Amino acid sequence: MIRLERVTKRFGDVTAVDEASLGVARGEVLALLGPSGCGKTTLLRLVAGFEQPDAGAIEIAGELVSGRDTWVPPERRRVGMVFQDYALFPHLTVRENVGFGLARRERRARVAELLAIVGLEELGSRYPHELSGGQQQRVALARALAPSPELVLLDEPWSNVDSSMRETLRAEVADIIRPLGVTVVLVTHDREEAFSLADRIALMRDGAIVQEGTSEELYFAPASRWAAEFVGAANVLTGPVEHGLVRTPIGAFPVDRDGDRAEVEVLVRPELLELEPDPSGAGEVVAREFRGHDVFYRVRLGGVEVVSQRPSNEVVPLGSRVRVKLHNGRTAVLR
Amino acid sequence: MSSGAAAAVAPRGRRPPWLLLVAATLVALAAVLPLAYLALRALSADAEARALTPAATVLELVADTALLAGGVLVAALLVGVPYAWLVVRTDLPGRRLWGLAASLPLVVPSFVAALALLGALAPRGLVQRALGPLGVERLPDLDGYWGATLALTLSTYPYVFLLAASALRSVDPSAEEAARGLGSGTVGVFARVTLPSLRPALAAASLLVTLYVLSDFGAVSLMGYETLTTAVYVRYESLLALDSAAILALVLVALAVVLVLVASRLRLRGAIYRATPGAGRQARLVRLGHWRWPALGFCALVTGLFLVLPLAVLVSWSLEADPIVGRAGVAWAAAARSTAVAGLAALVAALIVLPAAVLAWRYPSPLTRLLERVTLFPSALPGIAVALALVFFGSRAGSIVYQSLGLLLAAYVLRFMPYALASTRASLDAINPHLEEAARSLGRRPTGAVVSVVLPLARSGILAGAALVFLSTIKELPVTLLLRPIGFETLATEIWKGTAVGAYSEVAPSALALIAIAAPFVYLLSWRNAWELGAAD
Repeated sequence: MIRLERVTKRFGDVTAVDEASLGVARGEVLALLGPSGCGKTTLLRLVAGFEQPDAGAIEIAGELVSGRDTWVPPERRRVGMVFQDYALFPHLTVRENVGFGLARRERRARVAELLAIVGLEELGSRYPHELSGGQQQRVALARALAPSPELVLLDEPWSNVDSSMRETLRAEVADIIRPLGVTVVLVTHDREEAFSLADRIALMRDGAIVQEGTSEELYFAPASRWAAEFVGAANVLTGPVEHGLVRTPIGAFPVDRDGDRAEVEVLVRPELLELEPDPSGAGEVVAREFRGHDVFYRVRLGGVEVVSQRPSNEVVPLGSRVRVKLHNGRTAVLR
Repeated sequence: MSSGAAAAVAPRGRRPPWLLLVAATLVALAAVLPLAYLALRALSADAEARALTPAATVLELVADTALLAGGVLVAALLVGVPYAWLVVRTDLPGRRLWGLAASLPLVVPSFVAALALLGALAPRGLVQRALGPLGVERLPDLDGYWGATLALTLSTYPYVFLLAASALRSVDPSAEEAARGLGSGTVGVFARVTLPSLRPALAAASLLVTLYVLSDFGAVSLMGYETLTTAVYVRYESLLALDSAAILALVLVALAVVLVLVASRLRLRGAIYRATPGAGRQARLVRLGHWRWPALGFCALVTGLFLVLPLAVLVSWSLEADPIVGRAGVAWAAAARSTAVAGLAALVAALIVLPAAVLAWRYPSPLTRLLERVTLFPSALPGIAVALALVFFGSRAGSIVYQSLGLLLAAYVLRFMPYALASTRASLDAINPHLEEAARSLGRRPTGAVVSVVLPLARSGILAGAALVFLSTIKELPVTLLLRPIGFETLATEIWKGTAVGAYSEVAPSALALIAIAAPFVYLLSWRNAWELGAAD
């Protein structure tokens, strides 16, 4: 559906996007995940046609829109954009906003159809400032969807929203988008947002795409230590590999890699570490942080400290001795 | 790259259309070129002209002008700042109405203000007649320095009021709350936190006030106080000493430039800090309690002296029939000419600043910023200097141009187009750049996006700018006196001619008509526009 090949964009001395290559299939929801300043919004704007790349090619629906001698302006790309600040036209009503990109003859019917899809039939004659934030977002989405674009781009859609409202709005948007089967590229710095919405995630750092994959792949098999720590809490342990077992300070466990090696880094997610109270245990609970649905324990063991995440109905008091057990699950060799 | 930063760099790398560049460059050249004629004339002045303007005379004129500007500034600040604080930050009864009353004097030209004050406080004037039964036989004479100061305070304190009120509204209340938490009382908070945070606004207001005094001609002439501006006029009109007038006008311009530089220094050092972004909270209103009565008294005194009294004088004159001439009427033909020429100036100014505004907004670069600043420059120029410069330009260009309506119109447009530019630019800046991109991705071409999104959103700012030009033009006196074609009298010059022969009560109806035409535009001088006016330098 879209294909980016070695796309580069510089602003003065800063390389915002550095030879990024990416493919998105029709109907797929892809999240561009990365810390702020990593170039993900610039990449989105390159696809929309608001920026011209310095090098590389961009294809949308099999048509080259940006390349060596080709430049298709944004108005002819058939790409719908939902801006971070929604960018609703303040001088137009909801109905006029949604109908902005439509030809006169189809406007009435299509606007009605879209207002029904986003559940705003009653508010068509309101102005944007008379709507709540969530309603404004649904108008922005309806406006982007109205001309039946090949592709919809969402730029940090929930970063301006209270964290308590975020989940509701996210579900709202997913409910609107999913049945339509449109292709979506979503930019976010929030891993939970990416995990819960996307079919696939492209992880960006310093203008480059460092890993692509499903949520599970990214979470359990990150390609680097940075990726491991960016997508979730991580224990990174080191030790030698012998006969398919890695020996770490907290014990030996199997790894999915053949061949003996002197030293590797392995990732163990905190929820995989179980704590068993045992007066003769090798570990000591040195810190305890209550987070609501679960509790984070810091355990000192064999000269290192590891973090264990347990459901909050299991109570392990501070200072008690514990045995640490590795739950059945995936551990990944990072290096 | 966060989206905010990305939006800011969106227009980068796109070359501005050459048509816009050419248009903006021509307008910018027109803004400064006349000055070259003025400078050339002043620097090539002959010995006779130098003898007419010895250094001692120039220095004395500069000192007198500065003294007046300083006096008016102090008075305008003393009236405007407390008034603004009372209206914005306290529970003063009738705050909105008091606020409107304080901005209304903006529509009264300074020479009309001076005329009315003279009439009110003169022997057998309105005030003395009212006080007569109380045994007051004679009021102190109102003329010279104190008369000019009073009249110009009337004309300028609304600027201080509007800018201070706007700044008081936008100051973050949390700093004041912190000061309160640290043990300061109401007065302490005002002196140590509120007042310092007003500094940028007050620097802008002070610049407006002093530039106003520098360029004022009508009020100082009526009050018989000589300044650089009146000296230029006398040398031009009565002595026909053009070179000497050019020298003094150049000194006047230099003085104005110095003021602009000083004010921008002052403004750079202060900044309004607002920790919490977005709409922000409004400060809690101070409860006046018993202080309500002196506060009301203060507002009533200011409004009474600067609005009610002048209007009352004009109305009473209009109703009084002169025993010899009978009742005077409005100079209707002059009123029509004034309205037409001011309307035309407003239209032309609003249109010709568009290229510079669009360039500076959409294609920011050192070149476009320079073009914008140059086009804004005439806002600092005293009108009489612009007029004189155009006289020199016109006399070189020949009789077709000299004393033609076109030259008068050009002077108005040059002098007042900065207001249109500042207002247009501010309204463009307020437009979220994402809106244009949204329109593009919804299928609009670049021009289509501008027409369907940008223009509707900038319209109110463009109109407000045009209204400011209209208001300034219709009140204008010295440029009109110097450049009007023979026989072309506007309301302002009709009133002026009347006062010159002492026929005060005869011109009162025309003065009221002038105020009535200008008054509807005061609502367009909303808080926001006052800010833009302040940002015009």
